[in-house]
Amino acid sequence: MIKLWSVKKDEEAANKKKPRMTAAQLRVQKDLTELELPSTMTTHFPDPADVLNFTLTITPDEGIYKGGVFKFTFVISGGYPHEPPKVRCTQKVYHPNLDLEGNVCLNILREDWKPVLNLSSVMIGIQYLFLEPNPDDPLNKEAAEDLRRNREGFIRNVQNSMKGGTVKGETFDRVLK
Amino acid sequence: MTAAVLNGVPNGIASSSSSSSKLASYLSDETRFASIDKILDRKGPWTDERFEGGQGTKDFLRTQSKILVIGAGGLGCEILQNLALTGFNDIHVIDMDTIDISNLNRQFLFREVDVGKSKALVAAEFVMNRVPGVKVTPYHGKIQDHPISFYEQFNIVVAGLDSISARRWINATLVQMAQEDEEQLKPLIDGGTEGFKGQARVILPTVTSCYECSIDMLTPPTAFPICTIANTPRLPEHCIEWASVLEWPKVHKDKKLDTDDPDHIEWLYQQASARAAQFKIEGVTWALTQGVVKNIIPAIASTNAIIAASCCNEALKIATACAPYLNNYMMYVGNDSVYTYTFEHEKRPECPVCGGESLTAEAGRYWTLERFIESLTNRQDLQISKPSLSYSKGALFWPSPPDVFEATKPNLDKLLSDLLDEEEGIVVTDPALPVSVNLSIKYVDAEEPAQ
Repeated sequence: MIKLWSVKKDEEAANKKKPRMTAAQLRVQKDLTELELPSTMTTHFPDPADVLNFTLTITPDEGIYKGGVFKFTFVISGGYPHEPPKVRCTQKVYHPNLDLEGNVCLNILREDWKPVLNLSSVMIGIQYLFLEPNPDDPLNKEAAEDLRRNREGFIRNVQNSMKGGTVKGETFDRVLK
Repeated sequence: MTAAVLNGVPNGIASSSSSSSKLASYLSDETRFASIDKILDRKGPWTDERFEGGQGTKDFLRTQSKILVIGAGGLGCEILQNLALTGFNDIHVIDMDTIDISNLNRQFLFREVDVGKSKALVAAEFVMNRVPGVKVTPYHGKIQDHPISFYEQFNIVVAGLDSISARRWINATLVQMAQEDEEQLKPLIDGGTEGFKGQARVILPTVTSCYECSIDMLTPPTAFPICTIANTPRLPEHCIEWASVLEWPKVHKDKKLDTDDPDHIEWLYQQASARAAQFKIEGVTWALTQGVVKNIIPAIASTNAIIAASCCNEALKIATACAPYLNNYMMYVGNDSVYTYTFEHEKRPECPVCGGESLTAEAGRYWTLERFIESLTNRQDLQISKPSLSYSKGALFWPSPPDVFEATKPNLDKLLSDLLDEEEGIVVTDPALPVSVNLSIKYVDAEEPAQ
């Protein structure tokens, strides 16, 4: 058999000990410790020893959703960053890009995910949805329709829903501070 | 296609009734490996200068070398067959799967009566039965369940896997082994196929680029925009994704979708069909439903045969040095013609598995972790200011996010020697580093405990 180690160029190997860390964990360490979140976003780790599961809280300071507190769960699999993190909203929110089960319509969470993106891009992307709800990619079709047809009415619906009110027969969670 | 050679009912020499004398004369027949011997007895124009050839090389191949095959599926069956017929004699095979009826068209070591049995066990049995004298040791289970020491016994690892996570795992494991002890450098020969396309590559852990180095070359998994699925389906796949991504969690709440459970697939198929009818979309079938949710890509037997042949060629060349081995990536495209392209995939310096630097950090046994981190930030060769440290138990000290900072802050006041032993490595990341640095601590006890 070819003496493969003779192929090795640099000889100073020895005593390179490495903790058993997967590439996914290493990447999450880099992503999380280098997050620079604005004051409108905070992370919470129910178990700080498990950095692959956490929540993100967004409190928009401008726009239609100002005054609300929105919570998302992040679940990162061993396939990260080849696979995107799984993100869900834990509340029932009246929003064109969120459905009533908490699914989020954000391109980089599915079809446009690339390994060069990171957790920061996802968080900024989600926050953007609250500043600029996008009626063209709806998950909640009625909310999108409301936004497109009558922006004033949509804003009233948002304010009503954030108080825990009912919009067109659907009751939403109270998300006010 | 090489597969045809072995097709039919197993009736190998070893299993025939008047076998023992026939077997003995077969095994002692020196011309048995005549065609392989031709390339092991003399040099060729491109033979490696370290090639010795002759009996020593043959003995290594046929009696000493131990080779591990990961996966006994489409590629694995071909690989096992090729290795056994090439003269590898101590073959080990590991696979966590059981045989499904849909495997039988190409996984030629299996028969209808084998459906439901372990792939590794049946494949090993079949090869030993058909190729007298060869020893195939099967393991039914996951590669992740074996400790590093298990992998130390092999000379070469050949992988015919269909999973990215399994490849990443074995790659990282072999790289780690080579980093810790260069005598433990095991070549990884990785084959992969996807329909008419395939690739074979030789990974010499820590020497050549590794699997993780090329992770960004992977085709991203097909995903449809969730709003299209929810509102404007146009393809049968949209309807199936709607059923599995949106309807399943809505109706079944916390019950996880098991894509191997026919009842679950049936439910999705019914839901997807109803939705397709509503949107006047044609083409939702049971098979397509299963294909979409399990992300099945049609397997082509000839692609597997070609890629497996290339992998086994490399195994023979590395084991005997009879010819230069692949450097280091061969891609094959069989869609329109028989096209191959070979190139050297380069190591990625910022690869999280094989890249990054390895450094030794000197420290006193009585230093606190805080003092140790300070010594790191003072190092000219690191140029870091806000390092995050992890060790085998997880985060050692992370300055952010806040919860992890709070949880790891108490470590700052602890003594290094209470936290780590000398054997233990630390991974350091920092905004200034492209990826990470692996540190090993060397205790230089000049100081007494702090007062």
